Amino acid sequence: MTIPQVNVNGRWLALSDIPVHTTLLDFVRDSGLTGSKEGCAEGECGACAVLVAQPGITTPTEWVAVNACLLPAASVDGQEVITAEGLGRADALHPVQEAMAVRGGSQCGYCTPGFVCGMAAEYYRADRDCTHAGQDHGPNGFDLHALSGNLCRCTGYRPIRDAAYSLGTPPAEDPLATRRDEPAAAPVATEVTRDGRTYLRPRTLPDALRVLAEQPETAPVAGCTDWGVGVNIHGRRADRVLAIDRLAELRELEVHADAIEIGAALSLTEIERKLDGSVPLLAELFPQFASRLIRNRATLGGNLGNGSPIGDASAALLALGAEVLLMDSAGRRTVPLADYFTGYRESVLRPGELITSIRIPLPLAPVTAFHKIAKRRFDDISSVAIGFALDITGGVVRRAHIGLGGVAATPLRAYATEAALLDRPWTADTVAAAQQVLRAEGTPMDDHRASARYRAAMLGQSLAKLHAETTEGAVG
Amino acid sequence: MSALSERPENPSVGVAIPHESASAHVSGLAKYTDDLAGRAQGTLHAYPVQVPHAHARITALRTEPALAVPGVVRVLTAADVPGVNDSGIHHDEPLFPDEVMFYGHAVCWVLGESLEAARLGAAAVEVDVEPLPALITVPEAIAAGSFQGGRPVMTRGDVDAGFAASAHVFEGEFEFAGQEHFYLETHAALAQVDENDQIFVQSSTQHPTETQEIVAHVLGLRSHEVTVQCLRMGGGFGGKEMQPHGFAAIAALGAVLTGRPVRVRLSRLQDMTMSGKRHGFHSRWRVGFDAEGRLQALDATLTADGGWSLDLSAPVLSRALCHIDNAYYLPHVRVQGFIARTNKTSSTAFRGFGGPQGMLVIEDILGRCAPLLGIDPITLQRRNFYADGQTTPYGQPVNQMTRLTTAWDQVISNGDISARQREIAAFNATHPHTKRALAMTPVKFGISFNLTAFNQAGALVHIYKDGSVLINHGGTEMGQGLHTKMLQVAATALGVPLSTVRLAPTRTDKVPNTSATAASVGSDINGGAVKNACDQLRQRLHEVAATRLGAHAHDVRIVDGVARALGSNQTLEWNELVKAAYWQRVQLSAAGFYRTEGLHWNAETFQGTPFKYFGHGVAAAEVEVDGFTGAYRTRRVDIVHDVGDSLSPLVDIGQIEGGFVQGAGWLTLEDLRWDAKTGRLLTQTPSTYKLPSFSEMPEVFNVSLLADVPEDGVVYGSKASGEVPLMLAFCVREALRQAAAAFGPVGTSVELASPATPEAVYWALDTARNRSDVAAYG
Repeated sequence: MTIPQVNVNGRWLALSDIPVHTTLLDFVRDSGLTGSKEGCAEGECGACAVLVAQPGITTPTEWVAVNACLLPAASVDGQEVITAEGLGRADALHPVQEAMAVRGGSQCGYCTPGFVCGMAAEYYRADRDCTHAGQDHGPNGFDLHALSGNLCRCTGYRPIRDAAYSLGTPPAEDPLATRRDEPAAAPVATEVTRDGRTYLRPRTLPDALRVLAEQPETAPVAGCTDWGVGVNIHGRRADRVLAIDRLAELRELEVHADAIEIGAALSLTEIERKLDGSVPLLAELFPQFASRLIRNRATLGGNLGNGSPIGDASAALLALGAEVLLMDSAGRRTVPLADYFTGYRESVLRPGELITSIRIPLPLAPVTAFHKIAKRRFDDISSVAIGFALDITGGVVRRAHIGLGGVAATPLRAYATEAALLDRPWTADTVAAAQQVLRAEGTPMDDHRASARYRAAMLGQSLAKLHAETTEGAVG
Repeated sequence: MSALSERPENPSVGVAIPHESASAHVSGLAKYTDDLAGRAQGTLHAYPVQVPHAHARITALRTEPALAVPGVVRVLTAADVPGVNDSGIHHDEPLFPDEVMFYGHAVCWVLGESLEAARLGAAAVEVDVEPLPALITVPEAIAAGSFQGGRPVMTRGDVDAGFAASAHVFEGEFEFAGQEHFYLETHAALAQVDENDQIFVQSSTQHPTETQEIVAHVLGLRSHEVTVQCLRMGGGFGGKEMQPHGFAAIAALGAVLTGRPVRVRLSRLQDMTMSGKRHGFHSRWRVGFDAEGRLQALDATLTADGGWSLDLSAPVLSRALCHIDNAYYLPHVRVQGFIARTNKTSSTAFRGFGGPQGMLVIEDILGRCAPLLGIDPITLQRRNFYADGQTTPYGQPVNQMTRLTTAWDQVISNGDISARQREIAAFNATHPHTKRALAMTPVKFGISFNLTAFNQAGALVHIYKDGSVLINHGGTEMGQGLHTKMLQVAATALGVPLSTVRLAPTRTDKVPNTSATAASVGSDINGGAVKNACDQLRQRLHEVAATRLGAHAHDVRIVDGVARALGSNQTLEWNELVKAAYWQRVQLSAAGFYRTEGLHWNAETFQGTPFKYFGHGVAAAEVEVDGFTGAYRTRRVDIVHDVGDSLSPLVDIGQIEGGFVQGAGWLTLEDLRWDAKTGRLLTQTPSTYKLPSFSEMPEVFNVSLLADVPEDGVVYGSKASGEVPLMLAFCVREALRQAAAAFGPVGTSVELASPATPEAVYWALDTARNRSDVAAYG
């Protein structure tokens, strides 16, 4: 095993002498690159965003923007990282930096390096489609959702949007553009130990399962979007961390005749781009799931693995009738997602067991919708999340799967509501009756996100909205 | 036009240039206070011990366990304070309290070799407490008679007679929330004892002088032994006017006791649970209108939620009272103010400083009463505008109403308001589940510190022998573009290109006795001082140039770095002129000073002319509300704003847009929730406290500056732009109210909670909808 090191702005820096829980943000700042900022330490503000060279979908390498505050520094062993300082210099600004500067995109400047990195990732996205102007997209194909995880308190965003929408395509000689044509750094096995704590990246899935079998208290991590919050906000310090996010076996997406199988360690962004709208319910989910910065790291395995009752993916996957594929050193098993959750942040997952993939059965239901109730349209946690997958043939409901998040200790299927719809005509009367049932599903509670009364009301309203959408065309 | 307002030939002011640090911002090279920590050798890290009780007496504080944690160097407690154990100006904010006054109050601080060591040390400190009864909400405090500070009353005329003469009298109650500043850079300070035994504190502070004074009194030193520097802030918004002092004092105390640099940098969680926020208010009101909807009488009681200490609550309350009129003439008024003392973080300055809260009360009243009066809100608002020559309830003449009416008319015409209102009516008639609405807001906001003495500023300008210019002034840069404007003012006043002038960071040993960079007056007063210093220098240089050019000094002009005499082609380059001045032993450095003229204020009678002038703006917002969920979008915003003759248009437009979105955040999205039992802040990080992101940006956002309105008596004819635009966002809230009402029968008066979250809007529209029989679904 070689000495762990990371290439930051073209310079290799050793990762060997740092506490295991050091974040990439603290690491780059301690190295003297103080452009990346800590604004929240929980992946909500994007002031820490940096670029990482990762295997791409449309080019061999893509520049992916990530929250450096959530990533363990050890996780980028062998990788290339670019910070705002590495994009350009004050006297030779990068085109993204230039656009932000001249258009008034910075006021206090504290969020700016993070915005610049998020914007640069979109600038370098090879499949940015200039004909894709419209809702949340600029005339240059810039997807505003690329910046949904960056907060600015000064500008009101208009000049930042204008800067983003003014960007052209990178010139041929741009070194970061040409870098995309070469493969990204291959995964390397990593082991960093300090103060009795260890960060471990195994080379293969069997290696990972062996470690988990021998030391079941080891914490497996993938995207680290939850791990980082635990470290920074809750002071968690696991003794052994096992990185599984680059295991090839967990990064496949296969479309079979009877199911789509999605690797547990693919990022949500990768899944979104690989599916390319072929699962409409998920296509509706992804832009509403956290922010691009988070989706660039977060995985379905992680989302189900931590078992949060408000994980948006669960509501959608429950509606799709998904199954979870689990594996440990002894073997494999498949569990319907509806049976997976057993309690608040608890599941059937055994110590030493990993989620390897999520299987979505085919054919898909023709009528699907994902309704997220939250305070903010981009990047918020759901008060209620509802996934619908219905088959309405000849005006009659032939199949109904409804997944709910945020209304109980676990995500759950709305079985009673499904029964109230099944084999009944898809009419206002049926819906009104089913609304009463749906309002009573789960045990919604009062908290700082919403009142129990509102949550219950939103359950009922979601069905009314779906009915209106399917029967009245465009809602309004 | 006064000499202060007049612009010379080819001025740098008025040119739309990017922020002076824009290149440094975008390339990650702009340094903030905590970025400096790594440059100092042997820096210690400070971590607070926060106690999870809303109100409790400390019966024991055991710090020994912390000292046993590897890497912990020292624990700072009250016993360590050589001076005064107080971090405020009213002696009600002990730096190390013996009584916990809010959930998360820091009672001592641990210094460690690493932040991790300090954190673990803080966790090891043992605090025993005896819980005491706590008051969390304003209604609880009112019921318990828990108040602090004065109880000002603003009166004019005879309210009882006013009500008697009113055709319509309404009354109501309205409680609305405060707001977290959420500057992206949390509180930070870095202190060390320098090579001359001077205490040198780098602080993210809007008020370096007060930070200096508090550090000095905590350390038992005099002000000349402490220097405070503010390089720049990653946002302030008022949150760093009063709040930084204690954190700077902790760093300074640690540095003095250990002899090592000490860094304090709050995590977001610490910042949100420890530092002050915008005041939430409770109001109770009674209002009278004549038959045509003209306001006749207002009787109101405003109670500001001051939190645990007085802080800036008294001047905030004064400004709230002074802005309850907004742009409307109130013949008979009686408004009484109270400051509740609650067991929460100390409410403090926040952009608008009480003005938004006062105005929200009257805009809410008009929004609720318009349907009851049967008058369209825009008509009702316009009908109640002041006329020039009338005075405010506190006795200040109003004489620029034509600016406001011009802006109002421009928004109506540029925003195509009438046609859009017809389109909205047609849309609403055909869309049962979605409603749109459009509302307008006028803003009239008083500019100057309410307290007259604060309206002064200083500057220090050096011209070096090579012709380069270095300026210092007392204002701080928090992103608002003050330094950009000051560079433009200096270049204009000296007649040199912008590139000739450089600005040095704000330091108390360069310009002393400064006021906070606050109250929107940063560029007015510091610009006046910078210009004053530059004018002195230019006059001296005119004398020198006059001799060389063979002309009278009055006939010399310096433009773009070249001196000429009127009617002559002979030129003298700036560098030559400066060199000549040096050899003639002409002083090339000057201290500038400015005091705002014409102000007076009697806090007892609540009468006077506290403001130099009023800032004006008008906004219109169109929203769309989803009847299923209460979710909404802002479709379009049009703003016309009066910034006088802008010093820096790109900066001012940025202030207007940013202020508007921040105001809309306060009114719609940003939801401070406190646990009513424990007093714990429930929305204590951005995962739960949502501030506007891209999704809240108006889809169409048109902002223009009112043209040809130079302000006499203000630096280069400009006006303030910092706080005023925040209040333009009331139109978003009123549009949401009207959209909610559109779900009900015509004439429905809607009560809307603030913030108007999707849930609040849903309940408002649900209430309206239930008044009609048109509900399609259950």
